Amino acid sequence: MAVFIHDTNIISPLGFSTYDNFQNILSGKSAIEKVFINDKIGSVYAGKINDELFNNHFQSINPDFKGSRIEKLLIAALSPIVEKNPLKNGSVLILSTTKGNIAALANNDLNAAFIDQLVQNINSYFGFKTEPIVVSNACTSGVVAISLAKRFIEMEQFTNAYVVAVDELTPFVVSGFQSFQAMSNEPCKPYDADRTGVNLGEAAVAVFVSNENRTESIQILGDANINDANHISGPSRTGEGLFLSIEKALNEAQIASNQIDYISAHGTATLFNDEMEAVAFNRLNLQNVPTNSLKGYFGHTLGASGLLETVITIESLKNNVLIPSFGYQQQGTTQQINIITNKESKVLKTALKTASGFGGSNSSMILVKNVDHVRN
Amino acid sequence: MDALKQELKERIINALNLEDISIDDIQDNDPLFGDGLGLDSIDALELIVLLDKEYGIKLADPKQGKEIFQSVETMAQFVAANRTK
Amino acid sequence: MYAISKFINISQDVVCENGKEIFHNQEDTFAAFMKNVYKSLNISYPKFYKMDDLCKLAFIASELLLQNETEKDIALLFSNNEASLDTDLKHQQSIQNQEDYYPSPAVFVYTLPNITIGEVSIRHQLKSESAFFVAENYQTEYMHKYAEYLLKTNKAQKVLCGWIHFLNGDYKADFYLVEKMGILEHSKEHINDITK
Repeated sequence: MAVFIHDTNIISPLGFSTYDNFQNILSGKSAIEKVFINDKIGSVYAGKINDELFNNHFQSINPDFKGSRIEKLLIAALSPIVEKNPLKNGSVLILSTTKGNIAALANNDLNAAFIDQLVQNINSYFGFKTEPIVVSNACTSGVVAISLAKRFIEMEQFTNAYVVAVDELTPFVVSGFQSFQAMSNEPCKPYDADRTGVNLGEAAVAVFVSNENRTESIQILGDANINDANHISGPSRTGEGLFLSIEKALNEAQIASNQIDYISAHGTATLFNDEMEAVAFNRLNLQNVPTNSLKGYFGHTLGASGLLETVITIESLKNNVLIPSFGYQQQGTTQQINIITNKESKVLKTALKTASGFGGSNSSMILVKNVDHVRN
Repeated sequence: MDALKQELKERIINALNLEDISIDDIQDNDPLFGDGLGLDSIDALELIVLLDKEYGIKLADPKQGKEIFQSVETMAQFVAANRTK
Repeated sequence: MYAISKFINISQDVVCENGKEIFHNQEDTFAAFMKNVYKSLNISYPKFYKMDDLCKLAFIASELLLQNETEKDIALLFSNNEASLDTDLKHQQSIQNQEDYYPSPAVFVYTLPNITIGEVSIRHQLKSESAFFVAENYQTEYMHKYAEYLLKTNKAQKVLCGWIHFLNGDYKADFYLVEKMGILEHSKEHINDITK
C-alpha cells in the first residue's frame, strides 16, 4: 500500500503558512535572533514566534478560544488542514512533542502539564472519533510520528492521519541545554568548522497523511527508527543507529544511495552530532548528495523539528530547489559531506530526511515525488 | 587541603550517584575519568555545576574541565585557588 | 498468530513474573526496593544508580524479562501517562528560584521519557525499532496492532511492550514480550489482564 503526505501547514517565526515559511527561506531569511528568556537566563540566540503577530493571526481562526499558548499553536497549525480534509470516522490525530505544555510547571500547574490533557483537548476541539496517539521520542518524534501514521494506515487501523508536532521555547528547556553546555552564544553553524552548539526554536506543524494518490502528493517510500545502544545523550561515534536506520529505509524503499537527490539532515551544530552524521552518511556512500540542516533557519525545534523540516523538504522537492544550509561556511566534520552553500534550481525526485535524538534514537524517511514512483 | 579533598570525594560520590563507592576507594591521584570511576560526559558537566554550587566558581570555558577534573588532587588545587564560598 | 512469552509486573512492594510473586519489598523507599532487586540479579551495572526512578523501574522490569534472552532485534514500545513529569518537577525546582539556580545536567537528561528506552537499549545492546507513547491508560488496541505489525513486516524479531508509571512515589510497571511462541496468546484480553 502506498502512503502519501498531502497538505501541510507551519506556524513558526518565519510565517503562519507553509508558503510563507518557504518564501522566507528562499529569500535567505532566518528566524534566529537574540531572544529574552527571563531575568536569570537573560537573552540567547533562538527562534521565537512573535506573540502579537500570532495572536492576531489566531483571531482569524477562533476569536473565542481560550486555552494555553501551545493549544493555540496546534489549533492554528491543524485548522487549515482539517478545512481542506474534513475528518472521517476512521481519522486519527497523531501528536509529536517532547515537552508538551511544560510551561505550566512554572505556574505550579502539574495537571496542565500532562501531555494527554493537551492532546485530548485538541482531539475534541476538532471532533476526532478515535483515541489520539502521542509519541514523545526526543528530537526524532516528528519523523517517528509520520512513520507511525504510515504504518498504522498500512495496517488499516485508520482511514487517514492528521500528524501534528509542537514544542515551545521555554526557560525549562533553555536552562537544561545550558547545563549541557550545548548552546551557542551566536547564530548556529551546522557542520561548520567553527560551530559551537545549538540555538533552540519553536514551531507547530501539521500534515495530512493517507493512501489516496493525489497529484502533488509525496510518497513515504521507506522509514526506520533505530537506536544507537551507545549513550543516553551522546551519539554513537560510528553513527551506528543512524546508519542502520537509513539502510533499512533504503531497503524498504528498494532504492540505492545514488538515487537520493537531497538529504535534509539533523545538523544541530553540536560537535558530536554533526560529526556522527558525516560518519554515517559516508558509510552509506551518501557523501556526495546535496545535504543541508534547516536548523540555521529555525533553530532546533525539538519535537516539532522532524515534522517542520520534513515539510520544508517537501517544498524543496515540489519546487525543484536546493536550499543552502544556513550558517555553514567551511567543512567542520572529519569526513566530508556535500553541504549546500548556494540556492540551486535542480530537478529533484527523492529526498532522505533524518533525525537523531537524546536516548540514542535515529529516524530516517525516504520521500518521493512523481506518480510513476508509486509502489504497491 | 586534606579536609577539602575528603569533602570533594564525598561530594563527588553524592553528586554523581556513585553508590557502591566509598571515600576510601578514591585515591587523591587516581584518574577520575577513563577506567577508574567510569565517569562520562554528563558527569563532567555535573562537576562543573558542583564547582559553582558548592564553591562559587564559574568556569569561563567548560573545556577547562578536562585539566581541573583529572584527579581529586587537581580539583582540590583548583578549588583552593579559586573558591569564592 | 503471535504469543506472549513472558511478563513482569511491578507495583507497590511486589515483583511478579508470569503472574507469580518473585520478590517482596521489605524496604521503606522505592530506591531501596529497586536497589535490592538489582542486587539480587548479581549484575554489575553501576550506571543503574545514576538513573532516575522512571528509568530504574524500566531497567529492572526489562532486566528481569530479558535475563536469558539472546535475541538482539527486539523492538521497544514503552508508554505511560505522565511522560517524564516526575523528573521534570525536579528540574523545574532547580530553576524556579533565581537565588538558588543550579540546573543539573544529570537531572535534565532524564526529562525525556524515551531515555527509558535508551537505557534498556544500551544495557542489552538492542539496535532496534522503538517508540515512546503517552496516553492516559494502556492503549491495548494500538499496542497489539503495532507489535504484530513490526513482527509481520520483519522490522523486529520480538517486541518488548511496557507500561512504566512513576510519579511522586506512586509506581507500576507492566512489561511483556511478544514473539512467535510463548505461554499465552498475544490477544487483547491477555494484554488487558497483564496491564490492568
